[in-house]
Amino acid sequence: MCLAVPLRVISLLGDDWVEAEVGGVISRVSIALIEGDDIGDYLIVHAGFAITRLDVEEAEKTLALFAEISAHLVRTQHALHPRLP
Amino acid sequence: MRYIHGFRDGGAAAALAELIGAEVDSTREYHLMEFCGGHTHAIFRYGVEELLPRNVRLVHGPGCPVCVLAMPRLDAAIELASRPQVTLMSYGDMVRVPASRRGSLLKARAQGADVRMAYSALEALDIAVANPDREIVFFAIGFETTTPATAHLILEARRRGLRNITVYCNHVVTPAAIQSILDAPGAAGQTQVRIDGFIGPSHVSAVIGSAPYEEFAHTYRKPVVIAGFEPLDVMQAVYMLVKQINDGQAWVENQFTRGVTRHGNRKAQAIVAEVFELRASFEWRGLGYLAHSAMRIKSSYAEYDAERRFAMQETPVRENAACQCPSIIRGQKKPTDCTIFGTVCTPRSPIGSCMVSAEGVCAAHYKYRRIGNTVAPATVGLGAPA
Repeated sequence: MCLAVPLRVISLLGDDWVEAEVGGVISRVSIALIEGDDIGDYLIVHAGFAITRLDVEEAEKTLALFAEISAHLVRTQHALHPRLP
Repeated sequence: MRYIHGFRDGGAAAALAELIGAEVDSTREYHLMEFCGGHTHAIFRYGVEELLPRNVRLVHGPGCPVCVLAMPRLDAAIELASRPQVTLMSYGDMVRVPASRRGSLLKARAQGADVRMAYSALEALDIAVANPDREIVFFAIGFETTTPATAHLILEARRRGLRNITVYCNHVVTPAAIQSILDAPGAAGQTQVRIDGFIGPSHVSAVIGSAPYEEFAHTYRKPVVIAGFEPLDVMQAVYMLVKQINDGQAWVENQFTRGVTRHGNRKAQAIVAEVFELRASFEWRGLGYLAHSAMRIKSSYAEYDAERRFAMQETPVRENAACQCPSIIRGQKKPTDCTIFGTVCTPRSPIGSCMVSAEGVCAAHYKYRRIGNTVAPATVGLGAPA
């Protein structure tokens, strides 16, 4: 019920409506519940409404953290198994 | 699919599993409740439980809106839909939920009632305009994620001067429900569920912010980590909770920084506050009557309140005796403890509400738990609190 996905704004339709896209699917999204509108923004969309803007900088930070953890794990594995590439 | 797939990376999940394994103290148990059905679904879909050490148990919470709707409210909606002048609209999950006497909105529709599924609350506006001679009722359910949309529907209806649209409001609030679980005194025949920390909801928190959890985290000494709905989000949140529990801390932390701030979406909060106010008390399936746990339409918008316009009545009903949904919602039982799970009660022919929505524990368990799975499902909080 509370499921929502990040969609990227591709055009502004006016009157608190935008067109947004994810994986080739384009939908009409109401932005009546958030402040501002910009093409290229990622919106978290739930039941036809953007409930918040996705903070791209924070998303990249979290992804970078996951990448760092993965890299760290690979290094520990190599330390334990020195013969592995 | 940017900002979706990155949070499902298998390599990072393995790395996080290793980190959690290293942090967990093997001499103690960790009982973590994911409040929200969205997390429950992600946990089952991606097999997150199987990546966790055996002493980290995930307790599935009541955050599935169709699961917690009390049956008399649904019966009242079906009765309303059966009136000849009424068109009743609701979200897709709701129409299949079993009511008393094995009824449902879908069955009412088969018997001639005008019941329609909506993806967005705003669809009700177009239908109201197109059918000026009919009474359009939006059967509104959901937590704080969905409430602003309903509030916006009411504001739009007034702005456009539509007189034939009303809302049957069943919106519920998250912090009250979490508190009730912590307060559960172990009423008649109920065992208290042991919970050491909470995985907080993502999109509810995008709206309300992380601040509303601070009071009970502090009062009840239970850490809360707000997490995104992707599997890596859940695993990182588990790691953060384990760390807090080991350190004896009880903070509200935010893993879902890309969507949640401390104060949330103030514009959406203002729209909700304009239209809705808290009810003194509201009945939840499985949890009983909880104080200040739901919203109703303010008297300044009374003409949009279906309960007032149609003088709706609730009649107490008896639940199906075999169905364990109420105990499952409280986290006291798991689906496999129910004798009708997967036999009489299936997603195609659900007896209880937990088998309907993708976020319901029973539906998620039915869909994703492999048959003959060698990993036993984590037993949830039936034991005495430690």
